[in-house]
Amino acid sequence: MRASSSRPIAFVAFGVALLLAGSWWGLAKAPGEVFMGDVQRIMYVHVPTAWNAMLALTFAFVCALCFLFTNAWKWDNRLEAGMEMGVVLSLLLCMQGSIWAKPTWGVWWDWDPRLTTTAVMVFAFGGILALRAFVDDPVKRAVWSSVACIVAFVDVPIVYFSVKWWNSLHQAQSTPQTVSSAFHWPLRINAFGILFLWIGLVGLRARVAALRRRGEMAPPLTQKQSATGRAPITGGAV
Amino acid sequence: MNALFAAFRKDLLLQWRGRAQMVAIFAFGAAALLLFSFAIGPDSSALREHAAGFLWLGLLLASTLSLAESFECEMEEQALEGLLLLPASTRALYYGKAIANWAQLALLGMALVPVMVVLYDAGTLRLLSLLAVILLGTAGLSAPGTLYAAMTSQTRARQTLLPLLLFPLVVPVLLAAVKATSLVILGDPMEQYRPWITLLGAFAVIHWSIGGLLFGRVVED
Repeated sequence: MRASSSRPIAFVAFGVALLLAGSWWGLAKAPGEVFMGDVQRIMYVHVPTAWNAMLALTFAFVCALCFLFTNAWKWDNRLEAGMEMGVVLSLLLCMQGSIWAKPTWGVWWDWDPRLTTTAVMVFAFGGILALRAFVDDPVKRAVWSSVACIVAFVDVPIVYFSVKWWNSLHQAQSTPQTVSSAFHWPLRINAFGILFLWIGLVGLRARVAALRRRGEMAPPLTQKQSATGRAPITGGAV
Repeated sequence: MNALFAAFRKDLLLQWRGRAQMVAIFAFGAAALLLFSFAIGPDSSALREHAAGFLWLGLLLASTLSLAESFECEMEEQALEGLLLLPASTRALYYGKAIANWAQLALLGMALVPVMVVLYDAGTLRLLSLLAVILLGTAGLSAPGTLYAAMTSQTRARQTLLPLLLFPLVVPVLLAAVKATSLVILGDPMEQYRPWITLLGAFAVIHWSIGGLLFGRVVED
């Protein structure tokens, strides 16, 4: 128990350390980009955030599938944590993108497929978090948010392609510049930094979710809560 | 199949008995179309250009009312639990209700078209193409809408939650249906109508399949 309880904190610490190292490299050591200058350095957090946002939501989707198949509470805890992390990272992604776009494109927002899809994801998964907040029964909350998560996740590629299609009929996209090798290392270090950070945070958040559910369920119910008539729902440990 | 038909018949009957509600929802959609024109101003060419977008926004807003209503009545007197006790699969219940909702939304869409034509001067003679867009677009709205209405009707804050969950999900429907309707109204020199219709069809097929797979878990637990 001791070992598992300190593991997420170790992940968070390691992630923060990597993030600091990568950001130092990106901000101080790597050369500035020829055309955009220092504005381009936001890429060192932006691109890793994008990868990790997608990864966190994929993790939430896998948790949703696992919950529906196993009915084990640990998957619901992880689903809640992973989805929150995915929404936060997507929101950060939109903000970083806007900060970058204003000096570069002259506008805060552009109807680029990736940008629009990220915004749609924020609302789709944020809506599921709202659903969780308004359902009091833990069993219903878990099942419904799993179902909604699966539907929303399947929808993401359709949104992406429809926006891409919609937009390509309006204007040609400015292509993303290929990344030169001088920029690789800080990108990679930051990507792993954010990865470890969110895995650690998801571990901690899942534990909070488990504790909260233990508080919600009256003690005599914990053993007999398998009202679903399927496999019994197992205890609250992460 | 019999169960599906019975469920569909039951939901159609419910809608018919509550037809005052349908008229009110239509009035809501028409009022929304009227209000949208105030956002643009009395520039008739701009209104005509945006007519398709307004039609689908009005239909989308009105659809949350009718979708929510379709499950609200199942919550009264615990009707849903009675339905689940019947020897019918939940899948049949889902498809029965989703098809009934589809029929209602398609009817609503067709009823809003004349309003659009009158208000925005957006007439067209390609009625079959327009009908295809409305049928496929409302199919894409009703499948996820029925699934989500089943959840949100049982929650607190249900009026907020259904649109919050549904709107981001149906972005592709909105995009494709607006585009296709626009092409029908304003002319289609580049032959772009077919890809948008295909997108609408693909969206509908995907969501009708997932809805049928997942609905059982939503109502049983």
